[in-house]
Amino acid sequence: MSDAVKELKKIAEKIYDDLAKGKIPSIELPARTKSNIVFDDRYRVWKYGSQNITRSAVSLSGAYMLLRTMYVIDFIKDMIEQGKSSTLRELYYISEGWGEAKFNSQDESDKLAEDLEIITKKLREDFKLRPEEDGARVIGDIVIEETTRKGEKRRIHCQDDVGDAGYSIPYNVEKEKLRFVEVNADKVIAVETGGMFDRLVENRFDEKSNAILVHLKGQPARSTRRFIKRLNEELNLPVVVFTDGDPWSYRIYASVAYGAIKTAHISEYLATPAAQFLGVTPSDILNYELPSDDLTKEDISALQSELSDPRFQDEFWLNEIKLQLEIKKKAEQQALAKYGLDYVTDVYLPEKLAEMGYEM
Amino acid sequence: MPIAEELAKKQRQISIAEFFEKNKQILGFDSLTRALITCVKEAVDNSLDACEEAGILPDIFVEIEQIDGDEYRIVVEDNGPGIVKSQIPHVFGRLLYGSRFHSLKQSRGQQGIGISAAVLYSQLTTGKPAIITSKIGEGFPAHRIELIIDTKKNLPRIIKEEMVHWKKKSGTRVELFVKGKYVKNRKQSVYEYLRSTAIVNPHAHITFIEPDGNEIIFERAVDELPKQPKEIKPHPYGIELGTLLKMLKETKAKKITTFLASEFSSVSLQKARQIVAKAGIDENKEPAKISLEEAKKILETFKKVKLMAPPTDCLSPIGETLIKRGLRKETAQLSPEFISTDTRQPSVFAGTPFMVETGIVYGGNLPKEERVEILRFANRVPLLYQEGACVITEAIKNIDWRRYGLEQKGGKGIPYGPAIILVHVASVNIPFTSESKEAIANVEEIEKEIRLSLQQCARRMKTHLSKKAKKEKAKSKFLLISKILPEIARKAAEMLDKPVPPIDDVISQIMNIVWIDDEVVTKDGMAESKIKIINYKRKPQEFILYAEIPSKEYVMDVIPEPLEIRERIIKWKISLKPSEKLELSFKIKCDGIDFDENNLYVLGIDPVNIVGAEKWEGEE
Repeated sequence: MSDAVKELKKIAEKIYDDLAKGKIPSIELPARTKSNIVFDDRYRVWKYGSQNITRSAVSLSGAYMLLRTMYVIDFIKDMIEQGKSSTLRELYYISEGWGEAKFNSQDESDKLAEDLEIITKKLREDFKLRPEEDGARVIGDIVIEETTRKGEKRRIHCQDDVGDAGYSIPYNVEKEKLRFVEVNADKVIAVETGGMFDRLVENRFDEKSNAILVHLKGQPARSTRRFIKRLNEELNLPVVVFTDGDPWSYRIYASVAYGAIKTAHISEYLATPAAQFLGVTPSDILNYELPSDDLTKEDISALQSELSDPRFQDEFWLNEIKLQLEIKKKAEQQALAKYGLDYVTDVYLPEKLAEMGYEM
Repeated sequence: MPIAEELAKKQRQISIAEFFEKNKQILGFDSLTRALITCVKEAVDNSLDACEEAGILPDIFVEIEQIDGDEYRIVVEDNGPGIVKSQIPHVFGRLLYGSRFHSLKQSRGQQGIGISAAVLYSQLTTGKPAIITSKIGEGFPAHRIELIIDTKKNLPRIIKEEMVHWKKKSGTRVELFVKGKYVKNRKQSVYEYLRSTAIVNPHAHITFIEPDGNEIIFERAVDELPKQPKEIKPHPYGIELGTLLKMLKETKAKKITTFLASEFSSVSLQKARQIVAKAGIDENKEPAKISLEEAKKILETFKKVKLMAPPTDCLSPIGETLIKRGLRKETAQLSPEFISTDTRQPSVFAGTPFMVETGIVYGGNLPKEERVEILRFANRVPLLYQEGACVITEAIKNIDWRRYGLEQKGGKGIPYGPAIILVHVASVNIPFTSESKEAIANVEEIEKEIRLSLQQCARRMKTHLSKKAKKEKAKSKFLLISKILPEIARKAAEMLDKPVPPIDDVISQIMNIVWIDDEVVTKDGMAESKIKIINYKRKPQEFILYAEIPSKEYVMDVIPEPLEIRERIIKWKISLKPSEKLELSFKIKCDGIDFDENNLYVLGIDPVNIVGAEKWEGEE
């Protein structure tokens, strides 16, 4: 019996024992809120604190959650025993046949899968559940060995063996699936938008700056974050993050560097505490006189919420966020095109990287 | 010739046609749409009155046919007593004929302008005569008369008359050709008038054929005629000078005292003497010889003398049960969840007896976001126009509906929500704001009665709503313990390959109440009430359960044996072990009464431990 199955079975046993003892069945798990994340000194990432919530059958919604938990556990157990895997979306659709235990939205089933990770201290990959979205793209001077579904080990040079779209990060990036064979690049640049990623590729910035370019595709998938972390930890490559200049993009950086609130239980797997923020910063908006948009109401409240987010409590972020609230402006990465298509690769990035102490 | 005489000549020449033209609005003919409604309304009101007076259950047929452009043919036919041939021209061909001015009676038409105005309108707009067919009984011939009104003389002129064969036992059929406009899906439409009429006249059967051939039937909900209202004499408190003068002139009484005692209600001979003495008039004076000054004195004295209120048995209310049935029948397609009705005791304003009845329909498919629908009635006649000027609307606006579960901005104004509010004012003399009889004047006493009555209905609605909310909450718990929890136990056992654990203990911890669930099923005139009680407490429970009943005489098959059955209540002693279930039931004969919701009460147990019943506050 796999470890994951053992751990999941413990949950079923807890509920069974509660009932057998005449207790209202319940399970406890950490509160997944901003107020319940604490800094873990050992891993230098943000993890859940000690506030717990109880899912108890005393309320109808709690009882539904417990019933669904039982069904999901049973489903995962069967899947592991049969050597299969499924997407989170498939899990949601499979629940259609579960009668009262059926999920009302995929959001509910996704969250429950995360709950199970938290309770069992296992990864969703251990449960053979994978996300819907494909991993992001990578271009750079690195050779990766991937074990394909046929069991072959295939080496891929992420410049020579791939097209302009780059190498696609698979959902499982653990060592048994993916190994780094050789690397000549000396840094990682994680880029938020596809447009900017393609611009850097077209301008051959991976070659010019000897960087591995990673496309984050907005809020990065787990596998992308895990991939970046491994590049940083195993190959000692520094990581910089290049995003739009708005509060939502800062959260993208935060999830790469410190861990996301939703996945704080596995921050030590996913977060790269050494990752640095390159821009676009509110100071950049002023310094480079970038075309900008006014902050919306939502932007402002997101910025204000970040001021109280423990992940942003350092001088750099507090200053930049306060500055942005003052100027009430935001700018996209691609606003740099104001000065021409090559400006970002010829001027902006070299200047910013130099500022951060990188040699070009 | 003196100018005055010239003028007098002209005055005489003002024909009734001109009078009509000038007063179109107050007579209800100011627009094509309204004119069509008014014609139907006058004919149908007459038919209903005639049937009721004759003790016949009304069976009324209404057809509107579009002849050409804006010309319509209206047919209204009833199964009433018919009209004797010689009277037909007078009833249909003379304005103000039969007008009674000093006997008071709750009736639909009050002035007698009604149907003849419709005849006049039709002849003025299409030039065609009205066709009246009437038969007064089996074995009598039916007469078919075509007539117009001579507008100069205000007299009927018969164009054609013949005897015809009519299968009907008796009845009257009116055919009018009018200019009009037929509208659908509007509050002010013939359909709405008939639907409203059907609600407050559940004893009537109405068939309606629209211009497009669509047939609508408003079924009869009760086979009983309303009690015939009695005529009463005017009460001194409500009399006006003009009426008094007319009465003085026309009375057969020889002495002023006998006049007062015989022509007014609540005036005894002794009181009459007192009034005359106070007014300083000789008690033997002939009424006809009373001067204007003396009449004014009498009027003033009326107000100073303490008199009994007028008799109120002259009023004929529809009644709570019948309004409820009418509302239920006509809102059935909306499947409302709750209907409450109320009939107030008769009351008096300015010496005039009146009474108020109300009803509220709530929920079902009624629109949730819109203004509530208001149905106004005066003496069983729907009021479709001038809603804003009516005391009914005023009274509704002055209630804080938020307290009763409807939305209302600032606690004033017409409320919003899934509801229909019905108000019926019955009186021997409805104080309309104008001759068009579409709005009731703002009389304080009437406003107050409407308000009190609506509040009574609203309170019941509120009780119903909070009961429902409580049940909803309890229902979710019930789902939890009856479905979800057993499923959790089953699944856990299956996964671990262990026996299913018992969950009764957990259930009582989660519920920790005594649960009462009830329903009323009505079938074949019999309402069966079923009450289910489950003890989810961990200890045995003992208490008394009370079920409200309309009256002892309607109750049958009470199971199990109750402690006792009183006039309005059945009383059981309940004793339940933990997890024990008990089913109770009884039947109610719905013979002229309705029973559609249980009201359950408990005694001897803390009400917080009970879902589905309230605390009993009455005597034990």
